Formats: sequence, C-alpha cells, structure tokens
Amino acid sequence: MLTCKDFLAELSDYLDERIDAELRAKLERHITECPNCWVIADTTRKTIQIYKGMDPYPIPSEVETRLMLALEKRMAAKQK
Amino acid sequence: MTASSQAGFDETTLVTQARGGDNRAFAELVKHYEAKIFRLAQHITQNREDAEDVLQETFLKAYEHLDQFQGNSKFYTWIVRIAVNQALMKLRRRRTDKSVSLDETIDTGEDTVTREVAAWGEDPEQQFTREELGQILDASIQSLAPTYRSVFLLRDVDDLSTEETAEALGLSVPAVKSRLLRARLQLREKLTRYFKRKGDDTFAYL
Repeated sequence: MLTCKDFLAELSDYLDERIDAELRAKLERHITECPNCWVIADTTRKTIQIYKGMDPYPIPSEVETRLMLALEKRMAAKQK
Repeated sequence: MTASSQAGFDETTLVTQARGGDNRAFAELVKHYEAKIFRLAQHITQNREDAEDVLQETFLKAYEHLDQFQGNSKFYTWIVRIAVNQALMKLRRRRTDKSVSLDETIDTGEDTVTREVAAWGEDPEQQFTREELGQILDASIQSLAPTYRSVFLLRDVDDLSTEETAEALGLSVPAVKSRLLRARLQLREKLTRYFKRKGDDTFAYL
C-alpha cells in the first residue's frame, strides 16, 4: 500500500508524466482513496499551469539603454 | 524595421550569424533574452542594482566567449549558466561568509509537510486582475528559498528540462528534482491562501 509520503515523493514525476504505467496506476489508486492527496495533486498541477510561460516584465528602458551602450562599446573595441 | 525582426525568432541561425561576427544578430539574441535574464538575476541577487550589473556582465561575457559556445546545449541554457555564476559572485562579494552556493543542503524533507490543504475554485485566477495576479505570483516566488526559486523559475516558468536546469545551475539531476518538488509544494500552499474555494475549510479534507 502506498502511503501519502510515498505519493508526495513521486508527485513531481507524476505531474510531469515521467513515470511508468505500473507506478502511475498505484498513484492513481491512492488519490481515489485519499482526498487529501487528490487535492494536493490537483492544486499543484494548477500551480504549475498558472506559472508556466509567465512572461517577465519588460526591462526598464534605461536599463536596456545602458546594456546596449555597454555592448556597443565592447563590440567597437573588438573590431579595432 | 528589418526583415529579420519581422520574421520569427530563429535562435540557431542567429547564433551562427553572431559567431560569424554579425553584431546585429547578437543584439537580437540579447533583446530576446534580456528580460528573462534580468528576472533571474533579480530573483537570485534580490537587488536591482546587482541584477543590472549581472545582466550587463552576462551578455558582455557571452559576446566575448561566443566561440566557446559548443552548440550542443541551448543558447539560453548557456547564458543562464553565465548569469547564475555572475549573480553568485555578486552575492559572495556582499556577504562575509563567502559560502554562497545554489547547492547548499538545507533540509531534511520537513518542508514537504503540507499544512494547508484546500480545493481551489474554478479558474481561481479570474478573481484577480492581471496585475494583482502578477503580484501574487511574484511575491510567492520571492518568498521561496533562493535555491528553490531558481530551480522553479528555470524548470517550470522558462520550461527548461530537468537536465537543462541541472546544467544551467551546476546541480545534479536528483538535486534539481528534490528542489523542484519542494518549490512546487510550497508555492501550491502559498497560492492556496488566495485561490481556495470560498466557504471551504482546511479541516474538511483532513
């Protein structure tokens, strides 16, 4: 029998679908019997979905300007 | 606008052109990745000024050492590795103990213990404006330990594979996996405070 601790240890691989069919069946049996682990699996999956592909804020224009100036300077030095 | 900036982003071609001395191609790579590198640097250094330094040093180093880029990993993984090293150097300079690393062992598994277990409502993020949601997500990542933060950011936000994340951070694959699990569980718990179904209580599931 799988314990909740066993289930949690496999949770990442389960959500990433990186486990074999036999283990998957065991984990799925566990969550049909354990509402607590079902909720954890479900809300962890949703957590990953919400974050996936979250765009970074555009960098402030003055930061980009300084970056590009530093780069141009280095490029010019290299070409001399 | 040039033809190349209208076309889709083709990393392999741009890297080849940049290696051949095409500075415009390199600048295009910089523009494509600058915001992600700046975000990562801010998450590691927790300091905007340091993050800007890291941003500049990363791309200057990448430019200098472009001939060392092997092409058997993604260009992004390669620059992340440079950025992480630069960011850790900043932290070491700021601290006296000099022992900053992303590889510190922190825990004995205690932090996988889940305290708050509650189901979420349907599309819980809809209750918040885009801006509010962004702040919630940012603050939640910020509250993670630094070693978890970078693993989660690269693996789940930037969508690198476990192996690429390990390579970029200089960690072993098992170390990435255990940090990722803890980061995911901790974030899940933090977000539950905002997203749990109204009227639900924790004890209903225990």
